[in-house]
Amino acid sequence: MQAKLSVVALSVAAAFALAACGQKEEPKPVAAPAAPAAPVAKPEVVVKLGHAAPMTGPQAHLGKDNENGAALAIEELNAKGLEIGGAKVKFELLAEDDQADPKQGSIVAQKLVDAKVNGVIGHLNSGTTIPASKLYADAGIPQISGSATNPKYTQQGFKTAFRVMANDVQQGKALGEFAAKQGVKTVAVVDDRTAYGQGLADEFKKAAEAAGLKVVASEFTNDKATDFKAILTKIKSKKAELVFFGGMDAQGGPMAKQMKELGIKAKFLGGDGVCTPEFMKLGGEAAEGNYCSLPGMPLEKLAKGPEFKDKFVKKFGTEIQLYAPYVYDAVMVMADSMKRADSVDPAKYLPAIGQTKYDGVTAMIEFDEFGDLKGGAISVYQYKGGKLEYVETLGGGAVATAQAEVKEAVAEVKDAAKAVAGAAADAGKEAVKAGAEAVKSAAEATKAAVEKK
Amino acid sequence: MKKWLNPRSAFGISLIAIALIALPFVAAMGGQAWVRIVNFAILYVFLALGLNIVVGFAGLLDLGYIAFYAVGAYAYALLASPHFGLHLPFWVILPIGALLACVFGVLLGSPTLKLRGDYLAIVTLGFGEIVRIFMNNLNAPVNITNGPQGITLIDPVAFGDFKFSGTTQIFGFALSGPQKYYYLLVVLSILVIIINLRLQNSRIGRAWQAIREDEIAAKAVGINTRNVKLLAFAMGASFGGVAGGVFAAMQGFVSPESFSLIESVMILAMVVLGGMGHIPGVILGAVLLSVLPEVLRYGVGPLQMAVFGKMLVDPESLRMLVFGLALVLVMRFKPAGLWPSPERKRELTGEA
Amino acid sequence: MDIFLQQIINGLVQGSIYALVALGYTMVYGIMGLINFAHGEVVMIGTLVTITVAGTMIKAGMPVVLAGFAGLSASVLVCMALGWGLERIAYRPLRNAPRLTPLITAIGMSIVLQNLAMMIWGRNYMTFPPLLPKMDFEVAGANFTAVQLIIVLVSSLTMGGLLLLVYRTKLGMAMRATSQNPAVASLMGVNINRVIAAAFVIGSALGALAGVMVGTYYEIAHYQMGFMLGLKAFTAAVLGGIGNLAGAMLGGVLLGIIEALGAGYIGDLTGGFLGSHYQDIFAFIVLIIVLMFKPSGLFGEKTGDRA
Repeated sequence: MQAKLSVVALSVAAAFALAACGQKEEPKPVAAPAAPAAPVAKPEVVVKLGHAAPMTGPQAHLGKDNENGAALAIEELNAKGLEIGGAKVKFELLAEDDQADPKQGSIVAQKLVDAKVNGVIGHLNSGTTIPASKLYADAGIPQISGSATNPKYTQQGFKTAFRVMANDVQQGKALGEFAAKQGVKTVAVVDDRTAYGQGLADEFKKAAEAAGLKVVASEFTNDKATDFKAILTKIKSKKAELVFFGGMDAQGGPMAKQMKELGIKAKFLGGDGVCTPEFMKLGGEAAEGNYCSLPGMPLEKLAKGPEFKDKFVKKFGTEIQLYAPYVYDAVMVMADSMKRADSVDPAKYLPAIGQTKYDGVTAMIEFDEFGDLKGGAISVYQYKGGKLEYVETLGGGAVATAQAEVKEAVAEVKDAAKAVAGAAADAGKEAVKAGAEAVKSAAEATKAAVEKK
Repeated sequence: MKKWLNPRSAFGISLIAIALIALPFVAAMGGQAWVRIVNFAILYVFLALGLNIVVGFAGLLDLGYIAFYAVGAYAYALLASPHFGLHLPFWVILPIGALLACVFGVLLGSPTLKLRGDYLAIVTLGFGEIVRIFMNNLNAPVNITNGPQGITLIDPVAFGDFKFSGTTQIFGFALSGPQKYYYLLVVLSILVIIINLRLQNSRIGRAWQAIREDEIAAKAVGINTRNVKLLAFAMGASFGGVAGGVFAAMQGFVSPESFSLIESVMILAMVVLGGMGHIPGVILGAVLLSVLPEVLRYGVGPLQMAVFGKMLVDPESLRMLVFGLALVLVMRFKPAGLWPSPERKRELTGEA
Repeated sequence: MDIFLQQIINGLVQGSIYALVALGYTMVYGIMGLINFAHGEVVMIGTLVTITVAGTMIKAGMPVVLAGFAGLSASVLVCMALGWGLERIAYRPLRNAPRLTPLITAIGMSIVLQNLAMMIWGRNYMTFPPLLPKMDFEVAGANFTAVQLIIVLVSSLTMGGLLLLVYRTKLGMAMRATSQNPAVASLMGVNINRVIAAAFVIGSALGALAGVMVGTYYEIAHYQMGFMLGLKAFTAAVLGGIGNLAGAMLGGVLLGIIEALGAGYIGDLTGGFLGSHYQDIFAFIVLIIVLMFKPSGLFGEKTGDRA
């Protein structure tokens, strides 16, 4: 027994050594405060932003895409040479792999909290974002996710949780309304039993039923499946005119293909998980003519979209997969809030995030009281000739605000016209000219407002 | 018991005790994340010891052990969260979770009594999947588990006003949430280790061993193999249930994703890698396999930088590769595990 | 009725794929009682090698038939080498080890192979080049394709071929002898090392073939595709009685049909309570019930005390 115990004691000691090693090996981001050697240089502050997404596993391609988006934003911010609180700011990205696993998610979150990051961008999946958000909230670290769309994330009541993307409720609702407009009467709903897929499908179902559609079949698959013929055959027997899929591209593509093989004529509709180049690659010809949606507006339709795309492709040599622009915006919103608060201290700039009004790549970003994107717009796309073609933008206050802006602009035009009329009465040539100019500029404002939305 | 009181053992015990008390502070120097990793390691020790009863002592190959962990976690989540509006204290829930898991253990055990070896393995695997799939789908027609969305805002473990989440000051020490859970886990696992040690040397323990070595002979000498086997499943399952409850409280969130098949496989790997049926070995296996991936996570990248001056292979991919290789190599050179029990070692070397 | 027929076809094809993979499991298990958990990964590597070889050749403008043939041969060769390597490096040294040791090794190998594949082929899903002409048939309202027909044919023929190999050749006799009692077999002049290696090589070649079939059917591939497939195939093998070739075939087809019918009809029968979200467990429930009454599977021989 004694021998045994000393062995145990030894092994405990070994464990200590291990822990100590681990500690040594941990990459310490150079928290280089001001470089006092150079008297000329302004003090430099390093702002550490954490980023968490799966870098291994089936969603690794999306994780890398997110990280690229963040890296691009940080590179630009550093190139710009932001000054906050009188010091030059250098942004640094601490990227972590959460493996899309809730347990890893919380370990990684703890790591970022320990590293005293100034803010967190991520996580990618709702499943990891939700448990991690508790840790960030406890530590008072602001978190902006560019892709977690589960409503629960912001409903937990944490002041630190924000997202720059429309949530599943908004998206499912818009999609349900869109389906009703397609002239179909019966729909089948399939979800992949993940938090994302199930949440989206449930919202779609509610909205579709509210719009008078009949849900003739509710079927399920999983996020590792490749064969959907059994459930599709059942859907065929129920004569659904449209199949909605709540899930990701890796299942959606083959599903569309198998629908065609079974001779199902119904349309295929899905959310942002299938609105990817990957879907078209995997679905092949079967993707043609089907619909999917993305939160926000298409990059091409956005003032800064094409520019962002060029920058991204040039820097990384790959196409944007999905969420990169949103993650990019998330970083920018954080930097913008720091600038407005004139502080990089999480406690100080956190309130500023709530008041954000930032004209990002993906949208005009404002948050509601929960930290959700205000009036997140949803755009519907159609796969045509191997490309995603923009169809229309649905729902959300984005359209409403655009309309409000148009109205304001129109009112301005009217006022200006009145002024013209008044001026004409005075018969003052100069006044007429000024009035006409006012009309012109107001009209331009209208045009700009319309174009923007 | 008496042997423990002689000076040398006392010295060893006190050394271990000091080490265990100091560990969270040492780990915290590397960041609270390391405390969290240590906590998960202890949780796995807990689970591995539970599975060891089934696999190591009784020799029943169980690939669905995670199901009991899931039952315990969900029991805690449902009884201490806003989901049903119930907020029972943890010392009420943990026994409930253990009991529930125990019932599930018997449920799994009874139809599989006749099965052996690989047939048992696949059935238990199926059972694990069945439990997970039910948890993933029981949000309709009646919402019990909230389906894939999981359950959030689970209460932390608390004694009255003393909560285990967040940082508190005790005797001038600042104790973080993970550190407090660490001590809870250590106390619980010492309990489990003692139970395990006592079981091993008991009548029941010897009956399990007999079944493991030769079931028919065991039956012939009058062991009620049916009851004894069921007892192994039930005991193992209850440990899983308790571990699940602590996990739910520590995470504050449970969802079916955490209870996938690969977790069962990992726990089995811990038991076998460490040394089946040998308690210190199993502990070693659990600690190694849960800490190794984390150490690799931080070791692989910088090591490449140091040796080659650049990143040759993505550290994340390399990490799992090294992990897999480690499993293969240990089994190749230490087929009975890293720290097998002396009798077992003798058996093996005798054969070779 | 056309829907029922369609579901049977769906299940039959899916089941034939399970069967093809299950044959590989059973081949190895029958001889040395080892669950080669890495077999699913062998199938995955078979698919990915074919994509690389056939894909490049098609891109280079070579005829599809040639590319397909080259892809198939390349993947069979690679997988045979892999199977031989697995046996030689990982399993042979463990022949006298405790029963669970090779199981952990197999899990370790499975992790290693997955990650190696990820490093070589990347993390993204890949599309499988169309190697077979697209032809759709319709019989009594049910649709099926040429690929589906070929899959069912290939797995039946493979099983037939294996039965011939095991019961009509000298190697087969040696295999059966080894499976009965390795020590006695070696006394009778059977080189058991060679026989076991042969079983691994043949099993892996079957894996490659299965990989090509899976790729052609679903037209996608991914480094993690082998795990679930392997698991289902293993279930099928146990259902039929592991170690028994005809049992593997029957188990596979049965599993496929149970899944299809379960997903197609249970939902309506139970008023929506047990819908297709429980598809994956129907198979397990049937398995548990079968094993309760026949503890060694449908066709399994009664095994000794320690499997």
